[in-house]
Amino acid sequence: MKDYYDIIIVGAGPAGSTAARIAAQHGAKVLLLEKDREIGVPVRCGEAVGEKGLKRVLEPRPEWIANRIEAVRLIAPDGTVVKVHHEDIGFILDRKRFDYDLAMMAAQQGVKVVTKAYVYGLLKENDSIAGVKVLHLGKHFQIKAKIVIGADGVESRVGRWAGLKTNLGLKDIETCVQMTVSNIKLERSYCDFYFSAKLAPGGYLWVFPKNEHLANIGLGISGEFAAQKSPLEYLTEFIEQKFPEAAILTTVAGGVPCAQFMEKVVANGLMLIGDAAHQANPMTGGGIIQSIIASDEIAGRVAAEAIQKNDVSESALAAYAKEWDKVNGNSHRRSYRLKEAVYKLTDDDLNRTAATISKKAPDKQTIINIFKTALIQHPKLVPDIIKVFLGSD
Amino acid sequence: MIVIKNDLCDFCGTCVSVCPVDVIELYEARLVIDHEKCTECLKCVKVCPVRALEIQG
Ligand SMILES: Cc1cc2nc3c(=O)[nH]c(=O)nc-3n(C[C@H](O)[C@H](O)[C@H](O)COP(=O)(O)OP(=O)(O)OC[C@H]3O[C@@H](n4cnc5c(N)ncnc54)[C@H](O)[C@@H]3O)c2cc1C
Ligand code: SF4
Ligand code: SF4
Repeated sequence: MKDYYDIIIVGAGPAGSTAARIAAQHGAKVLLLEKDREIGVPVRCGEAVGEKGLKRVLEPRPEWIANRIEAVRLIAPDGTVVKVHHEDIGFILDRKRFDYDLAMMAAQQGVKVVTKAYVYGLLKENDSIAGVKVLHLGKHFQIKAKIVIGADGVESRVGRWAGLKTNLGLKDIETCVQMTVSNIKLERSYCDFYFSAKLAPGGYLWVFPKNEHLANIGLGISGEFAAQKSPLEYLTEFIEQKFPEAAILTTVAGGVPCAQFMEKVVANGLMLIGDAAHQANPMTGGGIIQSIIASDEIAGRVAAEAIQKNDVSESALAAYAKEWDKVNGNSHRRSYRLKEAVYKLTDDDLNRTAATISKKAPDKQTIINIFKTALIQHPKLVPDIIKVFLGSD
Repeated sequence: MIVIKNDLCDFCGTCVSVCPVDVIELYEARLVIDHEKCTECLKCVKVCPVRALEIQG
């Protein structure tokens, strides 16, 4: 590590590695710092991505893809199954390999990647962020930079140190547990989503197969409900009931920001990307593709251009916030409204919806129709439905 | 005082994301709470996915 870089990125997840690669391609000298000893581990993720989204930003490598998903099944509290037809099929990734390769691709562009490097504070100069304080192998370092990018995930503190309010309210964090489960039998081309207040209040439970005998099975519940019964207790109960023979190979905890669109993601000399900027889809909790799109198409380039123009002020970096709002703002805001509406539905509402929908022709069993049916049966939610489906902001 | 049960903690950072006063430090496999500055609001205790936090005393 040298004592100066143009850009320092905190966190080598998909957001950080991507922004690092793009900024370096645009000529910036970049340092990428990761606190863990190994990039990509532990995998706190269901690893599901849409094919379109992935191909928008990267040429998928065969070694990244563990499984190909043809359809999604939504399972109501009473067990009614709705098979959803969706044009965008998906993949279950091997995220360890994926995150590893993204960091390697950054390194190939000249990014200096350092693991076991824990960032514990920021340097400030003349009202601007001017670098980071790092603990690396027992030694403390102060490294200067013109721009610091916080890509430090759900546990992000970089923004807070710069005065941005990024801590989450209980209703805007999904608290999750996931197990890698083997010794079970599955149809490998289906992803299953269980919606029920009994299984996962204010969230959902997922079964994402990696093959016929191995799956990521996890759930997220709203932070508002975790005090009564923890995600670990919910998931353990489900697996014991549904897959009594299962062998649990890994158990991980995790959190996903499922929050309002964050308007303020820059300050003088500072940018936030990925989960640190609450970019995950608030309805689904999916954040891999959003993190990469924001970093690849916008943040990496804006940062490198700011270095070239020698203007890293908040107003110069605001170009990133503005472009990201254009790319994803409306969709994010709609998803947030949908989340708020869907998680108010009772198990009876969900059962009735599933019964109605499962009688429709297969090509009418779309996500939009499902939520439309669900929400219309609940008169109190009509204003929300109108907002969600007409997109009136 | 908030007590961390090290055997249970998975170092996932969910508690860090909700702490209103930013007093939780998450290293690779070590969690440290600054008890002096903690307001005992219990948000971290409530969201922990595996119940690794507890209020004592
Ligand atoms: C249980 C679970 C299931 C999920 N399933 C899916 C899914 O199926 N599909 C999907 O698209 N998304 C899913 N997500 C969300 C997805 O994992 C995130 O949106 C995505 O990882 C965000 O990428 P990121 O680069 O912003 O952050 P991360 O991938 O979290 O990377 C942040 C990195 O920063 C490092 N870091 C943090 N603080 C510091 C520091 N102070 N110093 C140095 N390094 C630091 C961390 O160690 C970490 O490596 C899931 C999340 C969870 C918890
Ligand atoms: S939320 Fe729980 S498991 Fe996660 S880091 Fe905090 S104490 Fe540990
Ligand atoms: S009790 Fe509140 S203030 Fe104290 S560490 Fe937990 S979240 Fe932070």
